[in-house]
Amino acid sequence: MAEILVLVDHVDGEVKKVTFELLTLARRHGDAAAVWVGPGYEGAKDKLAEYGAAKVYVAADEELTSYVVAPKAELLAQLVAEKSPAAVLVAATGEGKEIAGRLAVKTESGVLTDVVDVADGFVGEHSIFGGAIVSHAKVTKGTPIIAVRPNSTAPEAAPSTPAEEQVSVTLSDAAKAAKVVEKVVQEKGERPELTEAAIVVSGGRGVGGADNFKLIEELADSLGAAVGASRAATDAGWYPHTFQVGQTGKTVSPQLYIAVGISGAIQHRAGMQTSKTIVAINKDPDAPIFELVDYGIVGDLFQVAPQLTEEITKRK
Amino acid sequence: MNIVVCVKQVPDTATERKLRSDDKTLDREAADGVINELDEYAVEEALTIKEAHGGEVTVLTMGPEKASESIRKALAMGADKAVHVSDEALHGSDALSTSYALAQVLKKVGFDIVILGAESTDARTGLLASMLSERLGVPQVTLANKVEIDGSSLTAQRLTDYGFDRVEASLPAVVSVVEKINEPRYPSFKGIMAAKKKPVEKLAVADAEIDAAKVGLAGASTEVVDFADAPPREKGQIVKDEGDGGVKVAEFLASKKFI
Repeated sequence: MAEILVLVDHVDGEVKKVTFELLTLARRHGDAAAVWVGPGYEGAKDKLAEYGAAKVYVAADEELTSYVVAPKAELLAQLVAEKSPAAVLVAATGEGKEIAGRLAVKTESGVLTDVVDVADGFVGEHSIFGGAIVSHAKVTKGTPIIAVRPNSTAPEAAPSTPAEEQVSVTLSDAAKAAKVVEKVVQEKGERPELTEAAIVVSGGRGVGGADNFKLIEELADSLGAAVGASRAATDAGWYPHTFQVGQTGKTVSPQLYIAVGISGAIQHRAGMQTSKTIVAINKDPDAPIFELVDYGIVGDLFQVAPQLTEEITKRK
Repeated sequence: MNIVVCVKQVPDTATERKLRSDDKTLDREAADGVINELDEYAVEEALTIKEAHGGEVTVLTMGPEKASESIRKALAMGADKAVHVSDEALHGSDALSTSYALAQVLKKVGFDIVILGAESTDARTGLLASMLSERLGVPQVTLANKVEIDGSSLTAQRLTDYGFDRVEASLPAVVSVVEKINEPRYPSFKGIMAAKKKPVEKLAVADAEIDAAKVGLAGASTEVVDFADAPPREKGQIVKDEGDGGVKVAEFLASKKFI
């Protein structure tokens, strides 16, 4: 079977869950060949084997992660030329999509972004216009480059013994034009990352203030969930902007999404509409969020949310 | 400083957006057009850079005649002039061919810094800035929530999943911005009036040495196979809180095995 390149998404050797989703997806259409960039492979190799990588291309040179995006695209372009893969899969994160963009230009290939599933012939499924329309698209030139949205495929283990191949690439000057001089890791505590989390609890305008976000955090922590916020809440400065879910913020697609004090304007819906199960707590029975929910409570979040947290904790 | 800011006219997200049944492209007639929201941040950043370092801000857009509305908005905010690439041959261009066309125009008009919003609200691909950087062979300083320029060097904070990267590059460069890099100004009445007199250069593909075979539906490297309305979500259960709302939600979560 033809190889499908999967760019491993990792932070300092810690492999992100989306990588296992991509490997699972790749195995359905060919041999999954993981591409590792930067230091830290030794600590992660067992994980890649567990999720069925038939091969791993290891490009360990630290220089590849010292510049913005371009070196990774250059490495992938080299592998596309040498290995003629059937497709290249990357995570549809900000950086993943930018790598896809540069690679598309280098290889004169079409690129699909924010794909939620891949069918035969590398036809990608998209959920567009805030989830109102489902469309299918395919690449008609070059090697299909597909950026897959995190949390859209259930990762399945399929233990393998991957062959390893060391890869070196001589970077062009253009690839070294934007230097990363410092990586600043912001404290995220014990909570999972927003776009990767299985459960997300978000607070909106109804939360009413920065201090009250403690209620949202406590509910999230009782479920092992990530915390999100609507634009109204981040604009008001109640919660950091990096946690904004919505059209101009992050797009999430968790198993469970709990919207607390969020009315559900299109701005917000575009970022969470593909969540599998949706629960809302809101005092306004006419709030548009209730059109989306599997379960909704019309009530005062300051009563309902702490009670829910307490009940979840009690049931553990 | 020659600052070029790329803007895109998109259908208003508050209205119902559609694809055309004939060629499966965005139906630009169905919804009101507005300037892409993140592009307003790009325009603001361009104006801020101009105010600090001098120079000129040129608005660049590609799109049908109607896209001139977004140009006017950017000019009303304070940009100096505009280039509008408009040609029937461009209809249906995907990200790869759009980046080709815009790169051709940018080579023609010249730039020290190109600024874009990180993504559009319609296609939401987030591809264009990296593609332009690759095509133009200049540094990619993208997903920035802070940009500083000192002479010909540029430093920025690039948002990442774990926090941010501090990035250094030299001009010329391609920059994309995220929300919250600034607070876009509202056009003043004076700005709106002045915008009507600012020059807008119209370019067809031939004027910008764009190969018509590489753009439009025929030049696209992706194809929409089909589309349909998303299946409606099954109507959920909505309950009024009678003092036990939290317990009821917990029961629902338990029934779904979340707890």
